[in-house]
Amino acid sequence: MERIYLDYAATAPLDARVLEEMMPYLTEVYGNASSQHRFGQVAQMAIDKARERVAKAIGAKPNEIYFTSGGTESDNWAIKGIAEARKSKGRHIISTPIEHHAVLHTLDWLKSHGFEITYVPVDSVGKVKLDELEKAIRPDTILITVMAANNEVGTIQSIAEIGKIAREHGVLFHTDAVQAVGSIPINVKDMQIDLLSMSAHKFYGPKGIGALYIRNGIKVDKLVVGGAQERTMRGGTYNTAAIVGMGKAIELATENLDEYAKKISEVRNYFVNKVLNEIPEVIFNGAPFEDRLPNNANFAFKYIEGEGILMTLDMAGIAVSSGSACSSGSLQSSHVLLAMGLEEVFAHGSIRFTFGRSTTKENVDYVVEILKGAVNRLRAMSPLFNQLKGDVTDV
Amino acid sequence: MYSDKVMKAFTDQSNVGELEDANGIGQVGNASCGDILRIYLKIENGIIVDAKFQTFGCAAAIATSSTAIDMIKGKTVEYALSLTNSDIVTELDGLPPQKIHCSVLAEEAIAKAVEDYRSKHQA
Repeated sequence: MERIYLDYAATAPLDARVLEEMMPYLTEVYGNASSQHRFGQVAQMAIDKARERVAKAIGAKPNEIYFTSGGTESDNWAIKGIAEARKSKGRHIISTPIEHHAVLHTLDWLKSHGFEITYVPVDSVGKVKLDELEKAIRPDTILITVMAANNEVGTIQSIAEIGKIAREHGVLFHTDAVQAVGSIPINVKDMQIDLLSMSAHKFYGPKGIGALYIRNGIKVDKLVVGGAQERTMRGGTYNTAAIVGMGKAIELATENLDEYAKKISEVRNYFVNKVLNEIPEVIFNGAPFEDRLPNNANFAFKYIEGEGILMTLDMAGIAVSSGSACSSGSLQSSHVLLAMGLEEVFAHGSIRFTFGRSTTKENVDYVVEILKGAVNRLRAMSPLFNQLKGDVTDV
Repeated sequence: MYSDKVMKAFTDQSNVGELEDANGIGQVGNASCGDILRIYLKIENGIIVDAKFQTFGCAAAIATSSTAIDMIKGKTVEYALSLTNSDIVTELDGLPPQKIHCSVLAEEAIAKAVEDYRSKHQA
């Protein structure tokens, strides 16, 4: 059976060129990069090179890059670190309801420790309302944290505008750019970003490695304390191979960004148009193509529940992701789609398709055929669809 | 995540649809929770001679609906009412813990369909 992976926003496979660059550091170069002997120093040099590559990719300086275990740690560190360092100035933080749980649950934790959080609403395509964001700023606001691009619907925020607003008001700006880096151009200086989280496996690097950019001069408390690694800011023996892999992966992803975006968005647009033309009663969730990650499509297939579609596609070898997840007794629909104002019954029927470098139009044709069958079958058994057709009167 | 039996029941079409000559219909759940289950029964002389279902819900909800129909078709009304959600779960070789509520819906829908039949046929 043909297998088609359309869940690149969850994770991407390791690029073969990245693995090749990592291999020596998984084998012969085993020294601890913090050691002063030759074994360690060879590893240290490789880490320095990776740090330069990561910095260059986002327009930062190498000494503004701190390696972490991934996006979740970077988000935790940025938000808790700023909150702790600046709590004498104020205890108010601004965010949005569509953030990743790595941010939302960190904010919940801070709330339980005496901080106040304002969630600025988003519009129907998932864009943060900038006027409301600016109005939410108070004298005791210490941080604005808004994701660069959303993981579910791919909506890209006006990051430069948010950076400008934050800087004008003397408030720090953190962005969770886990989905954005390697997919759209990011420049921390031009966009006036103070802290930025990223994760290597989203751009074909290894899992378990990420980084936090912290603009020079900004005081952040430590999250992971221990040894003197990362200029004393983050303890823990260097994961040399993963860091090397992240460096190579980000270089590969950002040097061909325009070409990647053009190629992948062409396949994505073909898919979106095909679905909207061939399947009735479908909502295209999120922003128009120009305000959206080039590899993301998200649809609500009305009158059916998403998991049935996901399982049917999975049986046909196609991997996608459902916006609704079962938890303790009832189905929870996506907090992102609900914040955008989508009716809960339709949020349950939402599916995310995220494409990768190797996705083709032929893949798309096959996926749409299977998808049509799945949607038709599930609708035929859905009492909501019968109700729509007028077959049933007493729902 | 799901057993082979669940996946088989999820894809089985034989019990799906509306039963034209049903004399007992039971519906439980609601759309915003992501689960609606409707069961149609045709009852003659205390025997369920035919049954079908319609479900808006996850794969587990569909599989439990279909399996519940298999388990009650041709059986007495009393037997159908004695069926518990755990009987259905056992028949499916188990369900993930967060999906057990789907089997409860199936049990409740059968009870409601029988109640509907009895309310119409008391006189």
